[in-house]
Amino acid sequence: MPSNILEFEKPLIELEEKIKELQSFMEEKDLDLSNEIERLKKRALNLQKEIYANLEPEQIIKIARHPKRPTSLYYIQKIFDDFIELHGDRKFGDDKALIGGIAMFEGLPVTVIGHQKGRSTKENIKRNFGMAHPEGYRKALRLMKQADKFNRPIISFINTTGAYPGIGAEERGQAEAIAVNLMEMSDLKVPIIVVVIGEGGSGGALGIGLGDEILAFEYSYYSVSSPEACAAILWKDADRAAEAARALKITATDLLEYGIIERIIKEPIGGAHKNPEKAASILKKELLNSINEFKKLSVNELLKKRHLKFRQIGNQGKKVKTRRYKNLEVLK
Amino acid sequence: MLKDWFGKSKYVTVKISGKLNKKNHKNEDGRLWTKCPGCKEIIFNKKLLENLMVCPKCNYHIRLSARDRLQITVDENSFNEFGEDLKTNDVIEFPGYKNKLDEAIMKTGLKEAVLTGEATIDNYPVVIAIMDFNFMGGSMGTVAGEKITLAIEKAIEEKKPLIIFSAAGGARMQEGTLSLMQMAKTSAAIKKLNKKGILYISVLTDPTSGGVTASFASLGDIIMSEPGALIAFAGPRVIKQTISTKLPEGFQRAEFLLEHGMIDLVSPRHEMRGNLARLLKMHNIEVTRNAQ
Repeated sequence: MPSNILEFEKPLIELEEKIKELQSFMEEKDLDLSNEIERLKKRALNLQKEIYANLEPEQIIKIARHPKRPTSLYYIQKIFDDFIELHGDRKFGDDKALIGGIAMFEGLPVTVIGHQKGRSTKENIKRNFGMAHPEGYRKALRLMKQADKFNRPIISFINTTGAYPGIGAEERGQAEAIAVNLMEMSDLKVPIIVVVIGEGGSGGALGIGLGDEILAFEYSYYSVSSPEACAAILWKDADRAAEAARALKITATDLLEYGIIERIIKEPIGGAHKNPEKAASILKKELLNSINEFKKLSVNELLKKRHLKFRQIGNQGKKVKTRRYKNLEVLK
Repeated sequence: MLKDWFGKSKYVTVKISGKLNKKNHKNEDGRLWTKCPGCKEIIFNKKLLENLMVCPKCNYHIRLSARDRLQITVDENSFNEFGEDLKTNDVIEFPGYKNKLDEAIMKTGLKEAVLTGEATIDNYPVVIAIMDFNFMGGSMGTVAGEKITLAIEKAIEEKKPLIIFSAAGGARMQEGTLSLMQMAKTSAAIKKLNKKGILYISVLTDPTSGGVTASFASLGDIIMSEPGALIAFAGPRVIKQTISTKLPEGFQRAEFLLEHGMIDLVSPRHEMRGNLARLLKMHNIEVTRNAQ
């Protein structure tokens, strides 16, 4: 089965093929089957709704990883009026897996950074499958500090399986690059809006992911480790990835419940790849809302809010709230 | 006079590392000897303990528990623990986590993978956090992240230097994305510490990897490591799987990181306490009076 066909959509695809067959049969034999076709189309829509209302985390991961899923550059082209890509970390090289630049957003200059995956094998090789090296994280930090200097809001698109695990990446300090980004992002004086558009793979995602607001698309995920790696490490069985995907609580709904993200961005039915234009227009509206909200905050308020958000993470949410208070009592 | 400075032949003299005292010399399995993981020689535990768990034959630095590390690092009776009652919940209801936690608590006598407190080193007051690899691979979940952050905040509050000994497999999978976010939490706290001009010495011990390396552990003003310690973002096994070629000799060991400019110095265990004291002195840290 080609990888761009989602297995759980199989009954739907079969039904759609049946509709197509009927249509060509109708034209061939000059018969009127339009009632039957309408009925089937309705059934197909209901079936699609039903499938998408009951997705398991491992199925959501498949949508998040779909080869046709809109990439950072797609959204950049659709959402912003102008965009100039800026290159290089000024230290080692230019990482094509993590891109960035300045864009115009409804008349407002913004700095945009994001992981970039390829759509074809050739492009994916150029983009290293969206897995960045230290120079990618350092370029991102350079551009974010530039944004800080010129008082531009930062918009960061997350879409990576993870930071690249390779010899060069380790030699050049993958860990240090991510750590420094986290430290510096916590204190930039401009609003940082983070959007998980597809895969939020561990430290490689977080390396450009510390922000005032974190939004996640409905069928994206954000995880401490890939479910495959989790199953392999904890249970010594990579085939139990689906089970790990459920256990790790990585869907947008879970992330919202645990206070990790602020909002879920609704996707067109069947996922963003079924209607990328619509996904982009929904995202644009969300971003506009956020930017307008942040305009109301002073730098002090912004930083105070950001510090508090990350200071409390893991100590908040309905399941842990009581513990937070308990902690405080204990500490007295 | 400048000449006088150069004329001085002696460096600061400091006490050597503390001793590692144990009630008995038996391993968990009742044996009185240990096979060195480095040279595979059989060494009597008494000898190993005298040598701070460093193999006298091949200099292999055997991993230490947090309590043992504390014993050889800080002044006797100077340690005041905080955060010792903090214990994690099964926040995301991860299958099997509760049992694993209970096992780790039984095994280490700790409630979390990190021990935090205030102490003195050669009479210099410090806030110290020590991670324990025996506690679920030293992994950082919400409470380990919280304790590290509390230590950073204590250092800011008390204007004391911060020393963190890391030993970790990374962020704790059993607490999901909340563990990942501890990287952000701890790194943001280090930023505050830096703005206050507080010294932070990060000591990377075998092994330090994943989310711990990619957060506070890599953010020290000074980063030290023990000889031969594995320090990584992605572990060697993951890298081998990804690129399917042989990894270079000594890859991701402390000396390799030193060579690539990632750490300041590799300090043998016997010199670690002395080196810490020398660095504290060089940062004009005031010695605690009435010290024993």
